[in-house]
Amino acid sequence: MMNKEEYKKLVKKHVPKKNKIKSLIIAFLVGGLIGFLGQVCVNILISSFGLIKTEAFAWTGLIIIFIASLLTALGFFDNWVSKVKAGLIIPTTGFAHSITSCALDYKKDGLITGLGSNFFKLAGSVILYGVISAFFLCVLEVIIHG
Amino acid sequence: MQYLYAFIFAGTACLIAQIIFENTKLTPGHVTSIYTVAGAILSFFGLYDKLITKFGAGASVLISNFGHMLYSSALLGYEEHGILGLFSELLCKSSAAIVGAIVFSFVLALIFDPKD
Repeated sequence: MMNKEEYKKLVKKHVPKKNKIKSLIIAFLVGGLIGFLGQVCVNILISSFGLIKTEAFAWTGLIIIFIASLLTALGFFDNWVSKVKAGLIIPTTGFAHSITSCALDYKKDGLITGLGSNFFKLAGSVILYGVISAFFLCVLEVIIHG
Repeated sequence: MQYLYAFIFAGTACLIAQIIFENTKLTPGHVTSIYTVAGAILSFFGLYDKLITKFGAGASVLISNFGHMLYSSALLGYEEHGILGLFSELLCKSSAAIVGAIVFSFVLALIFDPKD
């Protein structure tokens, strides 16, 4: 018989290390690809549609959110996110995916008690802590610099 | 060159997040929240604008950009309308992302059904 600690060590020894490095590379490549495609989109919007830079960035964000939502609704994205993880979660695609998948999953419980009350189940913390940190950092900035 | 910078910055940010996933028990909710707050903090030190100038969409497609937009539009609101502006303008710049995500998700959720 071995105790828990020994068992944990044994498990750790046999968990393949290669997969870790592979998943890091995948996260890097997929995340990078989204950044690259975003830049392509920004440049096309500026050169072909004559948008100014800030508008081009905002449109690109919207397009990425729409594509991520659509792919989630079509059922591809859940699978990809579980494989790629950080590469799709850290870009805005993760934000859109979390909202759309919550909306889809809880739709069966009704439009108010299901979809409505679970809509921000995962994205809520991003909005909450984003607003709280931005608010108090701004107060701090005002106190420091007047 | 611009494309390469965008690729490397977005990729590195995701790589760091993946390292966090591999070595801690933090969930995607934790890490995205941390990145958002980190974006607001970088914006507080005036660094996020520089990141966007240098890395373009590489910095703007990340969730940390959400924190940057919240902070920078709150500060702009304060400069233009005082304390009230802090409350009334905070969500201004990020409105596109939030409203977009809400509208697309709602409409798509009505049209499609979950796959499994």
